[in-house]
Amino acid sequence: MDIVISNTSGDPIYQQIFEQISAQIIKGQLPSDTCLPPIRTVAKELRISVITVKRAWEELEHAGLIYTMAGKGCFVSSLQPNVLNAKRNQLAGEKLAKDLEYYKTLGISLEEIIAMLKKNYDKG
Amino acid sequence: MEILSVQNLNKHYPKLDLKNVSFNLEQGYIMGFIGRNGAGKTTTIKSIMRLVHPDSGMVTVLGKDFAAEEFSCKQQIGLVLGQVSYYPTKKISVIADVTRRFYPEWDTNAFVSYLKRFDLDPDKTVKELSDGMRVKFALALALSHNARLLILDEPTSGLDPVSRDDLLELFQELIENSERSILFSTQITSDLEKCADFITYIKKGEIIASTSKDDLVNSYKIVKGTRVQLTETLLPRLIGCKKNDFGFTALMRTDDLPTVDGLEVAPADLESIMIHIEKE
Repeated sequence: MDIVISNTSGDPIYQQIFEQISAQIIKGQLPSDTCLPPIRTVAKELRISVITVKRAWEELEHAGLIYTMAGKGCFVSSLQPNVLNAKRNQLAGEKLAKDLEYYKTLGISLEEIIAMLKKNYDKG
Repeated sequence: MEILSVQNLNKHYPKLDLKNVSFNLEQGYIMGFIGRNGAGKTTTIKSIMRLVHPDSGMVTVLGKDFAAEEFSCKQQIGLVLGQVSYYPTKKISVIADVTRRFYPEWDTNAFVSYLKRFDLDPDKTVKELSDGMRVKFALALALSHNARLLILDEPTSGLDPVSRDDLLELFQELIENSERSILFSTQITSDLEKCADFITYIKKGEIIASTSKDDLVNSYKIVKGTRVQLTETLLPRLIGCKKNDFGFTALMRTDDLPTVDGLEVAPADLESIMIHIEKE
């Protein structure tokens, strides 16, 4: 499991952790039933508050990506490929909606956005 | 479970009034205690410990009434009020040997390991130690009797950045098994950004916030704009607005953010929250 926290990103830390772990689950880097490290250990390792990690774990659980076994810890949920896909599309959709808001404030049209997307997607 | 509960502490001084100071700290967390010089941080800590006698109010430690069971409550607490500056000509080992007798649960192994960790020579006398070393010595004493609650008044002041970072790492290690809690006051808010779970903010003897750090930080935003954008409707909603020749900077409650476009809105940190609130 990899987590890299950016202090310059405007996103809250719990959000950054949530996004990075969910991406690793969806890409299959964290297979189902993988045991996540204890919240307090993650907090100590990353030098962030326990509450922040707790919040990230809660969001992951809320999204159905992990489950908690009382006294044992948190584990990656086993998800069918079609469910994984749906989750992937949902996460991407949410991010896209946010970004679109921003583009709209800049007054960029849908056609322009699509053109930019194509140009940049090929670059990457 | 609550490890420390402070309810309606009042203490009157000619230049400072603690007014109904109340907050709670759960077991297993770090709470930062912030406020300007003279806001009442040290007075609050001393009132909790009954080093000064509050006019009214109640303190409980692990559910026990501090006033009624002072001895057993104090066994549970490791206290650091600045650096050790008493008995300057006594050796570390001698002072430790005296301190030990006050605590039935004194753990010599723990003390020796903290001396090692902090690079402290037990044969040195207090006056031979640098300021930072004295703080570390005070911490080693406070940490060596199995205290469940650490109350530290400005433990990081006087320490260099590397030692401060080591100390914060130690704090997080101490709470990792979720049995201990730490209450520490500091002027260095960046220390709290790193490790504090909760923040209690005191201003002129009154607690104006006691909540999780994330909630506190997220409830404010820094707003910047040009002089034209500083309208009559916006102005009353700004906290501690600082105007300059080219525009303004202010703090706003997140739920009060204007829908007006064009304002630069950035996340706030503890330092900027404090500065703007104190300028209000």
